[in-house]
Amino acid sequence: MTVLAQQLVLGLLIGSLYGLAAAGLSLVFGVLKVLNVAHGELIMLGGYGAFWAVALLGMDPFAALALVVPAALVLGAVLFLGLFGFVMRADEETRIKNSLLIGFGLALALHALAVQLWTADERSIPTPYGGAVITVAGLSLPVVRLLTLALAFALIGALHLLLAHWRWGQAIRAAAEDWQAALLTGIDVRRAYLLAFAMGTALAGAAGTLVTIGYSISPSIGLEWTLKALIVVVLAGLGSMLGTFTGGLALGVAEAVSAAAFGGPYREVVGLVIFVVVLLVRPRGLFGR
Amino acid sequence: MPLLEVERVSKAFGGVRAVSDVSVSLEEGELLGIMGPNGSGKTTLFNCIAGALSPDEGRIRLDGHDITGLSPHRICALGIARTFQLVRPFGGLAALDNVLVGRLFGRRRHDGGAHVEAERLLALVGLEGRAAVPAAQLTLIDRKRLDLARALATGPRLLLLDEFLAGLNPAETETAMALIRRLLAGGTTILMIEHIVWALADLSRRLVVLSAGEKIAEGPPAAVAADPAVVDVYLGTPRAGRGRA
Repeated sequence: MTVLAQQLVLGLLIGSLYGLAAAGLSLVFGVLKVLNVAHGELIMLGGYGAFWAVALLGMDPFAALALVVPAALVLGAVLFLGLFGFVMRADEETRIKNSLLIGFGLALALHALAVQLWTADERSIPTPYGGAVITVAGLSLPVVRLLTLALAFALIGALHLLLAHWRWGQAIRAAAEDWQAALLTGIDVRRAYLLAFAMGTALAGAAGTLVTIGYSISPSIGLEWTLKALIVVVLAGLGSMLGTFTGGLALGVAEAVSAAAFGGPYREVVGLVIFVVVLLVRPRGLFGR
Repeated sequence: MPLLEVERVSKAFGGVRAVSDVSVSLEEGELLGIMGPNGSGKTTLFNCIAGALSPDEGRIRLDGHDITGLSPHRICALGIARTFQLVRPFGGLAALDNVLVGRLFGRRRHDGGAHVEAERLLALVGLEGRAAVPAAQLTLIDRKRLDLARALATGPRLLLLDEFLAGLNPAETETAMALIRRLLAGGTTILMIEHIVWALADLSRRLVVLSAGEKIAEGPPAAVAADPAVVDVYLGTPRAGRGRA
């Protein structure tokens, strides 16, 4: 019983990162109607950014967020202006197709770049407080992972508030609903798209940083994280960032349960089952509109 | 100087000339009605004015400034707002947020008091008490009202109403017409497309009739209604040998 409870708690902790990873993908997909399949590679890049900040600059791993997030924001703006912005003129169907091509190309390029810069070895950031564990009711809670959960939740909350109250947050939501009506309401929709894409990339950077601290990264983790994020987006549906976060927690828990019930290898299977079942039964997702 | 001058505008889709050499002008404070059968180019003309489409030929001027082919958000910032034939509020946003967006991004752009102003506009169109309701959950008439409030929130000098009265029952039509009269009395200039001829005749002093993309008549409602070309378009030409001797 305690073993299962322990598994569930660990599932919840990793699930918060699934939620954070999915939030960026969901924002870009929901607003631009573009599926960025290189989202996982952006997470990977964020992870190495944090790795550098710690290894070269000697920063505290969590403080590295303050460097990685703004850098990712700029990277996102550059990627939009240089790549994804060009598909926005097309109708929605063409947008999706062209964005997939761009995304796969970008994913391959970023993967190769990461192998060049950091080799194919797995990396993780050791923290001075890395081994610390809090024990509650017989369950051990690693401090570092608790912190990543808290930060992931704080970032999602901040995003939620930005979208709800910031002037351009309103514009992003309006553009997601109906870009033509948004244009005629005086919104510079291209700028709203640029901001949404940059924010999505910043979220990927933050997720990458937290993954490197609590877990580990290598140049090839991109596809795995894109998949996790996509599963969460399908499970949670579009339109609610808090819903996406909840979806991430749910996936983490589901993985833990299936690993406990059927053995370790089945951890990866359950997500794909959820993916198919949700698409069959409730295509707009649990919290989607 | 007229507030809006549409000068010899044409727009074609493939081989179809949806709008052909149409000129319209509108004085400040005036309500001009546009009527015409389905497919006569009314909405295309609106789209050219609001910037959703760029005309192939001709110029469009607002208060003397050439706005032809500008992006819709620029044109909105210069003071033209529109409502849609098929209403298009931002469904997932609360009613108040819909209006707020217009207020934050339209012509009169100052953030202070945006909330108060948005609430005032909701009350003006009769949506007080529904501010927190997501737009998608409103009834048709309420969504139309919201569309109008959002357009008004951008602070337009010229308001384009695309079949604002369509789909309303007689009581709702009266309410909507009273609202339009109130806007007119408040100094808003309005260009409206409408199929409900009696309402249009009642609201406007001048009508323009389009048919197959061309302007076929212009003038006071009574004169336009008696115009043989207009009668012809709406009722058809009597076939030779039947109607006429």
